[in-house]
Amino acid sequence: MSATSPPGAAAPRATPAVSRQGDAAVVTIEDLYKNFGSLEVLKGIDLAIAWGEKVAIIGPSGSGKSTLLRCVNYLEVPTRGHIYLEGELFGERLVDGRHVRMSERELASQRKHIGMIFQSFYLWPHLTARENVAIAPEKVFGLPRKAALELADTMLAKVHLAEKRDAFPERLSGGQQQRVAIARALAQEPKVILFDEPTSALDPELVGEVLKVIEELAAEGRSMMLVTHEIRFAQNVADRVVFIDHGVIVEQGPPAEVIRRPSHERTRSFLSQLLQDG
Amino acid sequence: MIQFFEIYVAKLPEWWPEMLAAAGSTLLLTGYAFGIAIVFGLCLALAKLSRNRVLSRAATLYVELMRGIPTLVVLFIIYFAIVPLGITLSALVAGALGLGIHAAAYVAEIFRSGIETIHRGQREAALAVGMTPRQTLRYIVLPQATAIMLPPLINMLVIVLKDTSICSLISAPEIMLRAKDLASTYFRPMHLYVLAGAMYFAMAWPLSLMARGWARRLGRGRHGA
Amino acid sequence: MFAAVLLGGAVVSVWIMLGAFSVAVVVGLFMALVASTRNRPLRFLVTCYVEVFRNVPALTQLFIIYFGLAQIGLRLQPIPAAIIGLGLGGGALLTEVFRAGIEALHHGQREAALAVGMTPLMAVRHIILPQAWRIVLPPLGNYSMSLLKETSVASAIAAPEIMFYARQLVTRTFETPLIYSMTAFLYLAMCLPIGRLVARLERGSRSWQ
Repeated sequence: MSATSPPGAAAPRATPAVSRQGDAAVVTIEDLYKNFGSLEVLKGIDLAIAWGEKVAIIGPSGSGKSTLLRCVNYLEVPTRGHIYLEGELFGERLVDGRHVRMSERELASQRKHIGMIFQSFYLWPHLTARENVAIAPEKVFGLPRKAALELADTMLAKVHLAEKRDAFPERLSGGQQQRVAIARALAQEPKVILFDEPTSALDPELVGEVLKVIEELAAEGRSMMLVTHEIRFAQNVADRVVFIDHGVIVEQGPPAEVIRRPSHERTRSFLSQLLQDG
Repeated sequence: MIQFFEIYVAKLPEWWPEMLAAAGSTLLLTGYAFGIAIVFGLCLALAKLSRNRVLSRAATLYVELMRGIPTLVVLFIIYFAIVPLGITLSALVAGALGLGIHAAAYVAEIFRSGIETIHRGQREAALAVGMTPRQTLRYIVLPQATAIMLPPLINMLVIVLKDTSICSLISAPEIMLRAKDLASTYFRPMHLYVLAGAMYFAMAWPLSLMARGWARRLGRGRHGA
Repeated sequence: MFAAVLLGGAVVSVWIMLGAFSVAVVVGLFMALVASTRNRPLRFLVTCYVEVFRNVPALTQLFIIYFGLAQIGLRLQPIPAAIIGLGLGGGALLTEVFRAGIEALHHGQREAALAVGMTPLMAVRHIILPQAWRIVLPPLGNYSMSLLKETSVASAIAAPEIMFYARQLVTRTFETPLIYSMTAFLYLAMCLPIGRLVARLERGSRSWQ
């Protein structure tokens, strides 16, 4: 398993995910609420992701799945509730028993331990594939440029794109762009990776190559949170499926149970609709 | 017509050195004014985009005000109207300052829209890999925004260059003032103002071509996406 | 009292602006149409006109028309000189605006209109003009605003507009800060409504795009 840790990955404090397996949860979400104005998107989410666990979050669009994910790394600031990374408060500090928001600089130093894959990739168009992957190791983790580029090459090889390293994003297909984005997240040596509908923006024939890469990562024992519409994929990859609707967790459990024998009416109607469409 | 050119041939040796020196001050004036516009404009743009309400309101107000007042009026206020406050500026300094703070309002809009065209998601992706907002601006937003902003910024430079001509009205020693002096000495306004126009053209046209060439290249790049 | 004098100047400013605007639209439309023909020498002349007038300051153009033409025996009054000078400069700008408007619509729009059975005239009336109008409107609005401000330069050739009276008042009364801030305020009061209108038009055309 040590092969998953790439050479030159001198990211400070980022130890291989595997060695921490068995500790407490990697991510803990505690009593999370999120409002946008008067719109309540999340209404009290409690969820813990164990080391090496792969949690798939499913639910109708507008149910708050993506918001939940974006709250985990504080791209959205929760209205109420707290996030913990390895048991440590995330995005906030305790001052005299009160929770105080961190400065952006402190937040950045925590965020670098969480990888995120966006629906629309968000590669940086002015950088090549290789530079897209190398820039965080260099500028955030402080690796020398040469080492950062070597690390980027290793990561691109992991997503089977070694030969595209000098291409700019506009020259890559959607599937290739998403794989570069995955390599970019891997280069952070993340403790957990958040996937926000990673295949929703892709043409159907490109979905497979991205799912395959994610499956390979899953097999390495990485901790993951996946928001996805690919139910069968969730079934194959996830250790646990969480069904969210109207901002609350309706039910959760092993994929076999939640997907094959959903106990809740809302889950059942959602799944039957989705399986029909597929 | 031939007579018209004969006068140039006869008088140009007398006019040229003076006009050339004046063109030097025009360039100097342009450089200082544009420098002020860039620095102040960037501050305004960042203020406008900042989360601090007071700051962003103030910057917006400034930009709106400046865009509603003629450059000439700003120049006159700076040169004549603040004298009673006990500040006396040379015409050249007043000119550079006036043109600069006026152009800054337009430059701020160029910066702001350049920064805003970079998709929010790209900024989020940068934050997600652990970059600080400052690093995000420096490595992700500005490198891309610069390429987008360059053509309008060069166009702004041309506008500032042309606007230096009105500094002659507060008697800053640039091309138009020198042309006016010589015109009244030699009674040849047509010759001297056409000469002045040709000198402005020689300075402004290459810049205009550059801006257009760059814009065309950008257009092509984006079509490739 | 100052205000009354300045307001008198404002009327002249608006006249100069409207006059120059009309000249600019007519010249710009004509030049843009010429530029869309196949005649190379004519197109070259249009390019020369645009490049020269776009890269020479308005003040220089005014001085050539007002003082320069007088030298060769063509003596213009200040206001007509200002209208012609600013109008020709604006015409160069609007040539580019109109040309962009025409070019943006050449792609298939007309053919599509003809294909659904419209006559060429109907195509122009229902398809081309409504779109060209929306493309051209925002830059036209912006131009009218900058033109209004540019009329201040006409004070240099003694056209009796706002700035001219402001300078006169200052030499008579020495109330420099007061008069120039009133002048600034007057221009603002005239520009802001135009600016609002332009912004609204721009928003309208963007939602349509």
